[in-house]
Amino acid sequence: MKKEEALALHLADNNLILGQRLSEWCGHGPVLEEDIALSNMALDYIGQATLLFKHLAEASGDNKTEDDWAFLRDAWDYKNFLALELPNGDYAFTIARQYLYSEWYNLYLIELSKSSNTFLQEFALKSVKEVRYHLQHGRDWVLRMGDGTEESHARIQKAVNDIWSYTGEWFIPNTNDTDLSSTGICPNVESLHQTWMENVQATLNEATLQMPVSGWMHKGGREGKHTEHLGHLLSEMQFLQRTYPNSKW
Amino acid sequence: MNYSIQEIWGFLKEVEDPEIPVLNVVEMGIVRDVQLEDNKVIVLITPTYSGCPAMHAIEQDVREMLVEMHVEDFDVKTILSPAWTTDWMTEEARVKLEAYGIAPPQKGSADKNLLMGKLRDVRCPRCKSSQTAMVSQFGSTACKSLYKCEDCKEPFDYFKCI
Repeated sequence: MKKEEALALHLADNNLILGQRLSEWCGHGPVLEEDIALSNMALDYIGQATLLFKHLAEASGDNKTEDDWAFLRDAWDYKNFLALELPNGDYAFTIARQYLYSEWYNLYLIELSKSSNTFLQEFALKSVKEVRYHLQHGRDWVLRMGDGTEESHARIQKAVNDIWSYTGEWFIPNTNDTDLSSTGICPNVESLHQTWMENVQATLNEATLQMPVSGWMHKGGREGKHTEHLGHLLSEMQFLQRTYPNSKW
Repeated sequence: MNYSIQEIWGFLKEVEDPEIPVLNVVEMGIVRDVQLEDNKVIVLITPTYSGCPAMHAIEQDVREMLVEMHVEDFDVKTILSPAWTTDWMTEEARVKLEAYGIAPPQKGSADKNLLMGKLRDVRCPRCKSSQTAMVSQFGSTACKSLYKCEDCKEPFDYFKCI
């Protein structure tokens, strides 16, 4: 697999896994509007994953389709960030993850839209328009919960604290990234960290929340070393293709 | 059958958007170009939203239309660039949308509206009042937000800028 394709796979897996997680809220949202909002975002993520998997399938040239990538790989083949596979938790946890990740993904896509790789550049320009809406949604809800009742404040603070140790790996490039960013194909994720911290700090301040103290951080998603939760997610998502191979919708 | 590019555009204008049947796929800006390579017709389409579930139906409907018109050799290709924007929607399409009950997207780039935080002057498609409020940024489809009218009290869809 070429370096650009390895990067596309990582981005595709991020999108697919978070999209699958968010889709679990469909029919279970706290209010109807949020149920619809999260389902809409799930659709955006899965759509973006499809664009990337289609590109990988075309590049592989052996009659694979996007479905092969989604349904016929095991947990260790997945290269998504650990934060995105964690169970949804309560609504505060889902929102904390949406907000923090959207801040990262938005910054990432803005930089990726300057990529010297035509496909990645076009993908980023398309996707960033959708992610801006996700960011606005996540931010609005962090403010509403943080600056809301005692209960909502406590829950969103706990959620931000709980997810924090999973944000570290978003800013650690692997050797593939380093090679690609040196030739202008992808952003240097380390350089996004400061802006991300500033944006998050501003939102948390406004939401009357405390910025968590950064300490030990989880990592491993990029190497296919996942939490126990990914296997459970995949067993549900891949059930049909695993049980009835090659079945078509 | 051999048709001119102009005639192919005419056929494509007969293909409705499956979610918003008052608009066709040309008015929506989904069909980006029609090209002739030797005698092969190439139709270039672009998705509105990455995950728009209507894209499969739209591609299928375009194919069926071309088959129906006896276009023998054709291909429908999806392109991502330039990324679809509501700014491509024609004035005529905006009028049709409003008559159908969907407030049309505001003109100008989506960026500006998002920076301002809130959208202003979204007119109720029913009573035309500008006293409206956003209920949710995300609506019944990926391309719409949910609004309500403070005057006639009706909820309505707003085609959001992207």
